[in-house]
Amino acid sequence: MVKKITMLSIENITHSIDAWLNGTFNPTVALLLESLIVGLCVISLFALLGLVLVLMERKVSAYMQIRLGPNRVGPGGTLQTVADTLKLAMKEGLTPDGADKFLFNLAPFLVIVVAMMILAPVAFAKGTQIWDINIGVLYISAVSSLSVIGILMAGWASNNKYSLLGAMRSGAQIVSYELSAGLSVISIVVLTGSLRISDIIASQQDGWWLFKGHIPAIISFIIFIIAVTAETNRAPFDLAEAESELTAGFHTEYSGMKFALFFLAEYVNIFIVCAIAATLFLGGWMPLHIGRWEGFNRMMDYIPSSLWFTGKTFFLIFLIMWFRWTFPRLRIDQLLNLEWKYLLPISMVNLLLMTLVAIKGWYF
Amino acid sequence: MIQEAGITEQGDLVVNLGPQHPSTHGVLHLVITLNGETIKKVEPHLGYIHRSIEKMCESLSYRQFIYVTSRMDYLSSHINNHGCALCVEKGLQIEIPPRAKVIRVLMDELTRLASHQLWWGAMAMDVGALTPFFHAFRERETINDIMEETCGARLTMNYMVPGGVMADLHPNFQKRVKEFINFFRGKLGEYDELVTGNVIFKSRMKGVGYLSPESAVSYGCTGPTARGSGVSCDIRKLYPYEVYGQLQFEEVTATGGDCFARYMVRMQEMRQSLSIIEQLIDNIPEGEFQAKTKAVLKLPKGEFYSRVETARGEFGVYIISEGGTTPYRIKFRSPGFSNLSALDHMARGHKLGDLVAIMGTLDLVIPDIDR
Repeated sequence: MVKKITMLSIENITHSIDAWLNGTFNPTVALLLESLIVGLCVISLFALLGLVLVLMERKVSAYMQIRLGPNRVGPGGTLQTVADTLKLAMKEGLTPDGADKFLFNLAPFLVIVVAMMILAPVAFAKGTQIWDINIGVLYISAVSSLSVIGILMAGWASNNKYSLLGAMRSGAQIVSYELSAGLSVISIVVLTGSLRISDIIASQQDGWWLFKGHIPAIISFIIFIIAVTAETNRAPFDLAEAESELTAGFHTEYSGMKFALFFLAEYVNIFIVCAIAATLFLGGWMPLHIGRWEGFNRMMDYIPSSLWFTGKTFFLIFLIMWFRWTFPRLRIDQLLNLEWKYLLPISMVNLLLMTLVAIKGWYF
Repeated sequence: MIQEAGITEQGDLVVNLGPQHPSTHGVLHLVITLNGETIKKVEPHLGYIHRSIEKMCESLSYRQFIYVTSRMDYLSSHINNHGCALCVEKGLQIEIPPRAKVIRVLMDELTRLASHQLWWGAMAMDVGALTPFFHAFRERETINDIMEETCGARLTMNYMVPGGVMADLHPNFQKRVKEFINFFRGKLGEYDELVTGNVIFKSRMKGVGYLSPESAVSYGCTGPTARGSGVSCDIRKLYPYEVYGQLQFEEVTATGGDCFARYMVRMQEMRQSLSIIEQLIDNIPEGEFQAKTKAVLKLPKGEFYSRVETARGEFGVYIISEGGTTPYRIKFRSPGFSNLSALDHMARGHKLGDLVAIMGTLDLVIPDIDR
């Protein structure tokens, strides 16, 4: 039974594909083909995530707002997103008069490409990772900060004042909140002593950092969740597209597929930041292990690692959606005050505390 | 001098908020001069849905013109109708039966509740919380159902006529109103939990859009907008009409003068309205619901003015009669117009996001402003 489960795990599938390709073709061609397969996988994952997350958002919000949500297209409204995507694909992609056409058309692709790039070091299941780079966490922080360029580009090139205001807000917001997010990530790096994602996950073999790292880990987890909510422009930090103030913020002028790309990027970004939070604080694909409770730990191992990863990630996504449908929006100055006056000093002190914990070995 | 690119000579950005904009709740057009995010000037442009209601009324009989006023402030159509009916009755010098008086007050207070519920949802939506809107609509729906049973309509009721009300109460009315009061008392607590107590909401509202009592008076603000600045201006208390003089209720005022004060005034007013309805619902006198009036009404030559307290403030009706079957001139004093005039004063120096919050606390209904 155990053997059968491991046979079917994603790790074995990828390994057998790798072995077959390398055995059939010469290494260069094999690598090329592998890149192609990975690219196709990422694109289909994007499509799937878009479909699932948009539907999830609509269902979650409907549940919170005493509504039913989409329930006409497909069983229980499951195909609603497909219908919406088809509609968007068939719509005309307008480029406003006076817009900087090159930048205007480039911006959505930049945003989506950045989202795709961040996926590389994320471990989806045991041994399933596109690129286990040795500076994984640093890579994620570095690449995720590129998305602000796309947003600024969209806001500036649209030749629309609302877009410009949205982009301006977004720039200030993302640049500020990256600091807190980065410091929270570093506090986990201090504990593990490695930037490699697989090492970070392996270090949570006997318990997740959220539980092992005492109060500093909990504080940095909370700060990380707040900071990434702000970084992904989600309510209560959705100032970049605050619809009651700026209609749609930086993507006011976008329509059709170009709008769909922004929309998709938003949801994929939520998935990614939640996946990272799950990896750093909740052990990624690592099952729930408690110290030396061998029996309990073995039982937990029976649940496939991909399921653990998905479960944790989607729990965090639900949390972020819950925020959106509960809280009012902050004002721009309050938003920046929160970061520079509260979150940043707290995370700095927290990092020192975490270093102390790591040096003294106070974690379990 | 505004240049082509919408930038003033001082380098400020000029943004058109509206006429199509999600947070103007209608077709209000605000021309905002922004320095970065900070507001330097707000200039409301009106007239997008001007229907010349006052002129229209001049060619309608004294029975007919009341129905047009439902279309002005559509959220308090009962109260608008009430004000017009009062003015005509003043001219005709007819006394309406006690049952009609109580029914009118009950309907007014239900309307006020429905209006404040909608405002609460829209207010929360303006500051970015979308969920309260749906909760507010759920409660408002109950009131609309009650209205529909008795008046036959849900928005433009046209229930008040000169001399009383158009039809008697539906047999279910008392039962359903009592059910609603119990239901809504619980929900008011939920409202406070979800929005009033929220830290982000408080920080968005406190200290924003300050309106001093002096400027509230000088801009002609009335209703919760002025009462939030501590100005006592409740027509129900100061110039009681119908049975308001015999009822036990407080005029809600706050001293803050900011958005939060105005918010709290409206929240407390909902509780006061509930208490007024509770006092009356079991004491509706028996008898006629309409006084006997002539088929064709003719007001004597002269000028007549009456005022009522709508959900947004003082609503005045001024009729000049030449003795004919139609008014010579009608002027409505709508609360929204005066309240809007204070917007520029309140919003200057605040951020763009605050403007939306301030507009929310003014509770603007655009057809009321444009007429």
